[in-house]
Amino acid sequence: MANHVIAENYVDFYKEKGKHTGLGAWLLTTDHKRIGIMYLVAIVTFFLVGATLGFLMRLEMLSRGRTIMDPQTYNSLFTLHGLIMIFLFIIPGIPGVFGNFFLPIMLGAKDVAFPRLNLLSWYLYISGGLFAVVSVFLKGGPIDTGWTFYVPYSIRTGTDVSWMILAAFILGLSSIITGLNFITTIHRLRAPGMGWFKMPLFAWALYATAWIQLIATPVVGITLALVAVERLIGIGLFDPSLGGDPILYQHLFWIYAHPAVYIMILPAMGVVSEIIPTFAHRTIFGYKAIAISSLAIAFVGYFVWGHHMFSSGMSDTARWIFSLTTFLVALPSGVKVFNWVATLYKGSIELGTPLLFCMAFIFLFSIGGLTGLVLGALATDIHLTDTYFVVAHFHFVVFGGGGFIFFGALHYWFPKMFGKTYNEKVSKAALGTMVIGFMLLYFTMFILGYEGMPRRYYDYLPQFATLHIVATVGSWILVGGILVMIGNLLVALKKGKKASMNPWGGRTLEWTVPSPPPVENFEEIPVITHGPYDYEYNINGDSDKMEENYH
Amino acid sequence: MQQNNESHKPHIVGYATYIFVWLSLLALTAVTVTVAGINFGGITLLIAIVIAIVKSSLVLNIFMHIKFDDVVFKVFVGIAVLTLTAVFVFTFFDYLSR
Repeated sequence: MANHVIAENYVDFYKEKGKHTGLGAWLLTTDHKRIGIMYLVAIVTFFLVGATLGFLMRLEMLSRGRTIMDPQTYNSLFTLHGLIMIFLFIIPGIPGVFGNFFLPIMLGAKDVAFPRLNLLSWYLYISGGLFAVVSVFLKGGPIDTGWTFYVPYSIRTGTDVSWMILAAFILGLSSIITGLNFITTIHRLRAPGMGWFKMPLFAWALYATAWIQLIATPVVGITLALVAVERLIGIGLFDPSLGGDPILYQHLFWIYAHPAVYIMILPAMGVVSEIIPTFAHRTIFGYKAIAISSLAIAFVGYFVWGHHMFSSGMSDTARWIFSLTTFLVALPSGVKVFNWVATLYKGSIELGTPLLFCMAFIFLFSIGGLTGLVLGALATDIHLTDTYFVVAHFHFVVFGGGGFIFFGALHYWFPKMFGKTYNEKVSKAALGTMVIGFMLLYFTMFILGYEGMPRRYYDYLPQFATLHIVATVGSWILVGGILVMIGNLLVALKKGKKASMNPWGGRTLEWTVPSPPPVENFEEIPVITHGPYDYEYNINGDSDKMEENYH
Repeated sequence: MQQNNESHKPHIVGYATYIFVWLSLLALTAVTVTVAGINFGGITLLIAIVIAIVKSSLVLNIFMHIKFDDVVFKVFVGIAVLTLTAVFVFTFFDYLSR
């Protein structure tokens, strides 16, 4: 992008001596990059915990009857697996780590608009996580409601629902604050000359996401608080025995929780829109269409929540209206997929690991998206509600989409974040292993669900045994791939070769600062004169000069 | 941080206005509670919503200073209010047609 100057005596943000040293330099920092790294450590830790729980669940399903745990433990495991993966990994994942680290740099700013608020949102995230962990060890035992906290069971169960609700409430507050910070940063801190349509598409995706975080999250906060009040003093909002309406709870919960799916997937789509032009060495096809489709997904995605309730007793009129809106939201997602593929067409494609993650994403997410239409159609949904088909669908979307791109983004920006390169052969092998394991694990579930295997069941009929064994073996392969991938990155952190300023030939602003970036990113705020993916504009001359200053 | 500060105009709201708004909010709360005890049939909910709209408008405009702020903030609040309204409408597609 724009030419700019950085001081020759460059000190990266890890080595910069600030007011605090040691652990204090991290825990009291307001630097968006350090906060991004702290999110990374916490989020990957929670991901590994969630993955372990999922792994144990699959192990239990290896054979009929009891394999390694009792039914109550299984109920708690699927609840905790869902809560951890959703509230502690996938929702905060890309915005918390890569949004914090890269949004200000991509906009040409020195930090986010409210750096202290940014640190507060990390502390809230950690506090929410700790509350969730503590709830597991309390007297009532780990909660067993499923991650959706559906009433009336969540009001009546003896497990510690209120603690977990408090955890979700605090995590929601963290999410709102992050969204507020990003919206303000994007409005106020874009570099001179960076109009809205000169902004990188990752920033557009974070902007659309931040609006959902800001508008939708308070709804779940209040709703969950009402469940806690219902448990404590029984006011009869949701409990049918007191004249309450359990379907009202489902409305309120999904008013947040469906847009939350777009909080999970929109940032991932933003990352894909960054990686593809870089590795196709070509300007992105349909920039404005991709940017506006992010807003369209955020907007239409707000009005589809009822498709989670087709079989819950909602009226027929509401059912067909929500079915219609569900079909409509597929359109902007389709726009993005076609634009990504069109960008690759006639590009000089370099099959780097990040691009392969994007290819895996497009393949898996498309399957997830299209099976979503099967569930969005009223007739087929009645057959498939609460079966493994639903489990497969959302794992394809959320894990195959958001999860894979979280790791794709890590591979794309790893050299910039840590100034090290990783072994590409190992990372590609790990990705291939993950895709094979993923398909064995989750595609099998489509078939199981279609054949009638209900979700959240501890046991199953003999005719489902073979496919359950295949799925469990798939989980072993998937976990193996994940461990190799993480191990490869840890080795790179220790022994990786020094990364150059722009190893992939990217055009956005983060590739014009050193790896890792200096504490204030830019010595002089850059002036933007052209679009973010302008491959006709040659930045190599500038880039080479800058590299000479640091190596 | 380095831009747009010049567009922020200072404004002063007198204590009398704040106290008047506060008393109005208390009065409207009393009205809400009173109305909840009377059987207005189908329009009970509508009355509660109208009172809530008046109260939130007072808080937004006076306490949160939206009345005195730039257009962009009014647009932000407008988007949030429109979304909330749309959510109400979509929820009532269910309740009114059961």
